[in-house]
Amino acid sequence: MAVDVDKRENMRMEMNKQTNNPDCSTASVSLLNKFDTNEIMNCMQCGFCLPSCPTYRQTGKEVASPRGRIALMKGVAQEALQVDQEFENNMYLCLGCRACETACPAGVPYGSLVETAREVVETNKKERSKSPFIRDIVFNKIFKHPKRIDTLGTALWAAQAAGLQTLADKTGLVNVLPRPMAEMQKAVEKVASPAERKKRQKIVKPTDQTAKLRIGMFKGCIMDVMFYETNQATSRVLAKAGCEVIFVEDQACCGALHAHSGEKDGAVELAKRNIEAFEKANVDFIVNNAGGCGAALKEYHHWFHDDLEWKERALAFVAKTRDANELLAELPQIEFKNSFDVRVTYQDSCHLAHGQGVRNQPRQLIRSIPGVEYIEMINADSCCGSAGIYNITNFDMSMRILDDKMKNVKQTKAHLIVTSNPGCLLQMKQGIIRAGMQNEMEAIHIMDLLDRAL
Amino acid sequence: MNQNIKNELRSIVGRDYFLDTPNELYVYSYDATPLYQAMPDAVVIPSSVEEIAAIMKVASQHRIPIVSRGSGTNLCGGTVPVEGGIVLNMNRLNAFKEIDQDNLTATFEPGVITADVHKAVEAVGLFYPPDPGSMRISTMGGNVAECAGGMRGLKYGVTKDYIMGLEAVLPNGDILRVGGKNAKDVAGYDVTKLLVGSEGTLAVITEITAKLLPLPETKQTMVAYYNDLTDAARSVQRIIASKIIPATLEFLDQETMIVVEDFAHIGLPLDMKAMLIIEQDGTSLQVEHDIARMADICRAEGATEVRMAQTAEEGASLMAARRSALSALARVKPTTILEDATVPRANLAAMVEQVNLVAKKYDLQICTFGHAGDGNLHPTCLTDERDKEEIHRVEQAFEEIFHAAIKLGGTITGEHGVGMAKADYLDLKVGPVGMDIMRRIKEAFDPYGIMNPGKIFAKSSRRRVVVNHGCGCGQTREHAHGNEQADK
Ligand SMILES: Cc1cc2nc3c(=O)[nH]c(=O)nc-3n(C[C@H](O)[C@H](O)[C@H](O)COP(=O)(O)OP(=O)(O)OC[C@H]3O[C@@H](n4cnc5c(N)ncnc54)[C@H](O)[C@@H]3O)c2cc1C
Ligand code: SF4
Ligand code: SF4
Repeated sequence: MAVDVDKRENMRMEMNKQTNNPDCSTASVSLLNKFDTNEIMNCMQCGFCLPSCPTYRQTGKEVASPRGRIALMKGVAQEALQVDQEFENNMYLCLGCRACETACPAGVPYGSLVETAREVVETNKKERSKSPFIRDIVFNKIFKHPKRIDTLGTALWAAQAAGLQTLADKTGLVNVLPRPMAEMQKAVEKVASPAERKKRQKIVKPTDQTAKLRIGMFKGCIMDVMFYETNQATSRVLAKAGCEVIFVEDQACCGALHAHSGEKDGAVELAKRNIEAFEKANVDFIVNNAGGCGAALKEYHHWFHDDLEWKERALAFVAKTRDANELLAELPQIEFKNSFDVRVTYQDSCHLAHGQGVRNQPRQLIRSIPGVEYIEMINADSCCGSAGIYNITNFDMSMRILDDKMKNVKQTKAHLIVTSNPGCLLQMKQGIIRAGMQNEMEAIHIMDLLDRAL
Repeated sequence: MNQNIKNELRSIVGRDYFLDTPNELYVYSYDATPLYQAMPDAVVIPSSVEEIAAIMKVASQHRIPIVSRGSGTNLCGGTVPVEGGIVLNMNRLNAFKEIDQDNLTATFEPGVITADVHKAVEAVGLFYPPDPGSMRISTMGGNVAECAGGMRGLKYGVTKDYIMGLEAVLPNGDILRVGGKNAKDVAGYDVTKLLVGSEGTLAVITEITAKLLPLPETKQTMVAYYNDLTDAARSVQRIIASKIIPATLEFLDQETMIVVEDFAHIGLPLDMKAMLIIEQDGTSLQVEHDIARMADICRAEGATEVRMAQTAEEGASLMAARRSALSALARVKPTTILEDATVPRANLAAMVEQVNLVAKKYDLQICTFGHAGDGNLHPTCLTDERDKEEIHRVEQAFEEIFHAAIKLGGTITGEHGVGMAKADYLDLKVGPVGMDIMRRIKEAFDPYGIMNPGKIFAKSSRRRVVVNHGCGCGQTREHAHGNEQADK
């Protein structure tokens, strides 16, 4: 009397038949094959990931939850749903913070699933012209070209030097800029001048002269323009810890933004450039100080599924890659000269905590600075809403998440909020402004804090 | 569902909380139960009892199915809208109304997360014992509707033992209030208890008053490993017979231990046939005494090793190992089908052996773990839903397991509910008279049969799947299938 299975089978066939209207265009089969159906099937729909998901917490809706998004991918893979505008919106409302991965008892690799889903979306959008202007500029015109980022940096510096920012503030020019941009630019600090950037030593010698390790510094693209000083600070801290730090030539953007936005080809191209550059540099470790970039660098081997030679080279690259916090925690403790009398809290970078599992190291490093009173913030490891360019593409949701975050920040009564990722740093700066707390607290990158204490 | 009805619903809850696009419908077509899926016509997320009453009036008038939904973590297909209609997501009704420390009660809305109830009452030194493994995400409304259990069932009972009063909306929109804060309350039928475990088939629960206990002073955890299943089962029996009731008495078989160890690396001895995890709470004197005696019993009944947790953390990690069992099993194969057969404690060993025999017979990987103290086992089959032939065998195997449980004086579900998954087997347990009286109760509450149709009662007679095209073209078609003529 095993009727049940037939009943279920009917039910599912019926579902698929009916949702799959022949009048509507379906995604091509090759596209759907991109999904790793085994990984999708491993989701047992238990819902354990729901409470950790910022977008679910904001909306209470299953479409905005990890379980829901995985179900939608399954629907697309089984051709019960279309790759349409709605699917696209739902995939892009996700921050990619991967808090759900930490929460998932079944070990579903959500991060790579959503990357694939976005790749499917992007490949499926035949009319590229429809893709927003800003997107094309970001992915094709800027990020693939280090020189252009550099030029952008110079332009930004020039604008700031000429006092345009204050001018914009005063004249109300900010109101003319698109809202996300206008809000963001308030938080941007002064960038380094081109002259200053030219002066950079290519090699930073260890402070006590005897190098224990040869380190290749991964500069990052935005990081090196907007947070040039943080990169310099990182090299000083590493030098103090006994490393010889090399600013490896010919490196490019990590490709994370491309990968997270479905631009897989662009991402792969950038990865190849980086692998080559660091192979030539012949270093013990490849160190970065941006959680988002770091997570991508550590996943390079996933980007070369069918290319065995490159996969091999990527694996070697990945084996050497460390977040700066991670490496410093393995080296003998730095003796700090300066002591601060401040209360400090830490906002996890999602890609560092959930993506790379680096949680304790930054906290330990902060605590090791003399005089620091460390206070843990409630839900420190839940996303601040920055998430790559999410705060531009999904401005409203990003700000809702940020404003909730600021309530927890406020509770800590900290003077400093420390981050490990440039995006989070900017977002926290913006959060401080939005919460009107400029006089009470400052946001700072952990490497700048350590550098101040040297 | 036509536009007028949609507009009516929209005007009740507001645009943001009426959902009917293809993606929005698709994500409410499933719950945590593998293999079941069906599309609703609309999803409505109300924020008050008044809104629910208004929605129910619309649904009654147009005979639209209503499927209440908490977090969709149930394991019996309870929230799959198998006949289409409206999914009523209750998660916006999540207010904590009161913790009454004089009467030892808590009153809250159904969308409150179970773990949050624990946290809130423990903060004032009180205790709400039911602790389903899903408590971090499941809602109290879902717990009440499924009469959820947990690891403390043996000593403290299940959800129904703590629900004192309810407010619920009937299909016609009337608001029903039953029970309350009275410790003694025998006026008329116990409708409160009737609604507990009603699986959304009678009414929509909108407010819950729960009984609280004082928080136990301390607790202690231990484990015992066995070479022989029967020794483990006999230990359970002897512990209870010697008048000790531990807070938790959990069982893992060898298959499960291997899988858990493989993923958690906590040093389980893999050559052992079974293990028990035992926890006692209470005053420190009592706990010490009980734990020592239970350890003696386990050794006397053949445990090869008995270990005390030295610290609270160690205790917690042992309990976490047990809690991780289902998740660990889920990592092994794409589809994990967990069942819920329960037998009187004395027949535990016989039941485990039956499960193993059945697994062999049908050539399936079935791991068994569960709440040994309650006789509540979770035989769990690791399979792949894409292998239709194997799924057939799984069905047959579980059917045999249910029959075996009934034969051993047990039941087809201890805590997960009947839903769709076990509707075909309910008559095995309650018999024709039981089925008849349940049907008549259902009719009294729900004359039009719109409350979570297709659940609890096997209705091979009437099934309708209503599906919206996934393409966004906006068309909706109604599809009737199954032998409708058999209905009535
Ligand atoms: C990993 C895992 C572990 C689990 N462990 C346990 C366990 O140890 N013990 C246990 O008993 N269960 C367990 N479960 C099953 C499940 O979590 C419980 O059944 C839980 O009570 C469901 O709660 P929910 O909020 O998700 O309800 P849902 O799944 O959304 O709904 C369950 C039922 O309740 C009805 N319902 C929901 N809200 C209302 C309401 N307000 N009014 C009327 N009806 C309503 C629904 O119609 C449905 O029939 C587990 C599930 C998982 C995935
Ligand atoms: S990555 Fe973050 S936002 Fe996206 S589904 Fe997971 S938890 Fe939610
Ligand atoms: S926690 Fe993991 S298995 Fe559970 S629903 Fe989320 S992704 Fe799926």
